[in-house]
Amino acid sequence: MLGTGILKGMVETAKNFAGSYVSDERLTTVQYPEERQKLAENTRQFPFLVFDGNDPLAGMRCVACQICEKECPPQCIYIEKSKDKKPDHLGKPQFYPARFDIDISVCMSCQICVEVCPFEAIKMDTEFELSTGDRFGGLLFNRDQLAKSNAHYNKIHPTEAAEIDAKRADEKIKAEAKAKADAEAKAKAAEAAKAAANTPKPAPAPQPPAKPAPPSAA
Amino acid sequence: MTELLEQFPVTLKHAILDVLSKFLPEWLLPIASAILSITPILIVFPTIFALTTVVERKVLGRIQNRPGPNRVGIPLTNIRLAGFGQFIADGIKALIKEDIVPRNADKVVHFLAPIAVVIPALLAYSVLPIGKNMTALDLDAGVLFFFAVGSATELSVFMAGWSSRNKYALLGAMRAIAQMVSYELPLVLSTVGVIMMTGTLSTTQIVEAQAGGFWHWHAATPWGFAAFFLFLVAATAEANRTPFDLPEAESEIIAGYFTEYSGFKFALFFLGEYLGLFAMSGLGITLFLGGWHAPLPALEVVPSWIWFFLKLGVFIMFFIWLRGTLPRLRMDQLMNLAWKFMVPLTLITIVAAGVWRFMDPGFTRCLTVTAMIVVPYLLLSNALFTARGVGKRTYRYAD
Repeated sequence: MLGTGILKGMVETAKNFAGSYVSDERLTTVQYPEERQKLAENTRQFPFLVFDGNDPLAGMRCVACQICEKECPPQCIYIEKSKDKKPDHLGKPQFYPARFDIDISVCMSCQICVEVCPFEAIKMDTEFELSTGDRFGGLLFNRDQLAKSNAHYNKIHPTEAAEIDAKRADEKIKAEAKAKADAEAKAKAAEAAKAAANTPKPAPAPQPPAKPAPPSAA
Repeated sequence: MTELLEQFPVTLKHAILDVLSKFLPEWLLPIASAILSITPILIVFPTIFALTTVVERKVLGRIQNRPGPNRVGIPLTNIRLAGFGQFIADGIKALIKEDIVPRNADKVVHFLAPIAVVIPALLAYSVLPIGKNMTALDLDAGVLFFFAVGSATELSVFMAGWSSRNKYALLGAMRAIAQMVSYELPLVLSTVGVIMMTGTLSTTQIVEAQAGGFWHWHAATPWGFAAFFLFLVAATAEANRTPFDLPEAESEIIAGYFTEYSGFKFALFFLGEYLGLFAMSGLGITLFLGGWHAPLPALEVVPSWIWFFLKLGVFIMFFIWLRGTLPRLRMDQLMNLAWKFMVPLTLITIVAAGVWRFMDPGFTRCLTVTAMIVVPYLLLSNALFTARGVGKRTYRYAD
């Protein structure tokens, strides 16, 4: 019969209309600037540079290897290598970026830079409120704007950051142990050389290579 | 107190006129009186339009389980008024927008079309009895005047579509003409029963014939209910409202006949459309729902004009509800509905009204007239569904 379908539809919309005043489940809108939805942990917007400690420049993990610059599909990264070197977290002297620009108006948030970085130096940020009045300069982020602390990284991606921190701590321990062992071996070798020089006896059989000390020793 | 409120608009007008008569020449007084009658209409109905735009968006939002506009309030403060400042912002936006006229457009007609939309819509209010003694122009042939003026919108719609030199605009205008001409017929025919019963074309007298409670309203009789229903459907089509919004059909032809209009001209089309809808609702109230009469004699303490606007509000809410529910008809479905369903049924309601008039009151009369309408309704709706183009779609090659 003509009209029954219309009536059914009218009842359905009336239910929606009344229901949206009664049940919060129906009205799912989040009033954005006042209320915010919790972001998913894997949220990603634009890349940033991670630094350790408090000084952005001293703790910068990036060594200006330029892999990300070469891999970036829309080529929105521009890096200038420094002339001098600074020690990294393992104490090894490394280059650092004298200039590191990302044009976020070009960036397509693909995360390829993060995937290719061997130094865990570039990660994806969750910040999305980046609108600006200046659409050229305002969207070109330089090194100082991009540098964000490891603490920030731990806050926005806790699981991932914890894994990386553990790995880096392990690396550091190993490196320190190795350095210590090397130093010991060197000292021993020097001692042996001294002893050899003092006593005209034939040199003893070469020492076996020093075992790395257990981590607790470091 | 009630007495004072009841005739407050009329007494106010007379008081102002008394003051004016002291320093206006004699021949200017009728004009001043006319202006004083027109001014409230020009203020009240566009205000209702402005509020309706917000209410409509909010109700449609709620129907779709979202809050709708709720931001704009008083500028420079945090007072939001639940979004009811929106229409002021929209109005300012429409005013300061650039007015673009296509290079090849017929500039004069293009300019005149939005004016020609609003003027007839406003003229239609002149014969609507808004309250007791509150009809701006009490014509003997008020209903006829209303329809004559109402059909002038068709001209303006075609003016807009033709002068724009735009394919979408022309398509929309063509659709609008076809639709409005088709639905004018059931619209007018559905009112014939009322005119037969009351024996007058004057809107004021039609309202007076329905005094004394809702069981005296024309919509309370079987033929009147059917006629009211048909009137409602035809009025929806005449006002280009969903599900009959083919002339605009933003998903198919952009905005139909006002595709090439921007800024305040666009706003005027919008205004004209809503004013037409309100006028149509007002006529429906006048003819079928007792006009400004209260539904119960005990409720007559509330002034008559408040009853009129309450009923108008119910109509507006109903049209919004309809818009939130029904999808747009196809062109052939639209035409089938008009010519194969509405027109025969309106003719039957006229006969049913005649039968009602000449049978003795009682249960038999009620049953006869109801059967006279329900049986053809069932048959016609069945025929409509089995007719080609309406009902379940069949495929020639698929399946």
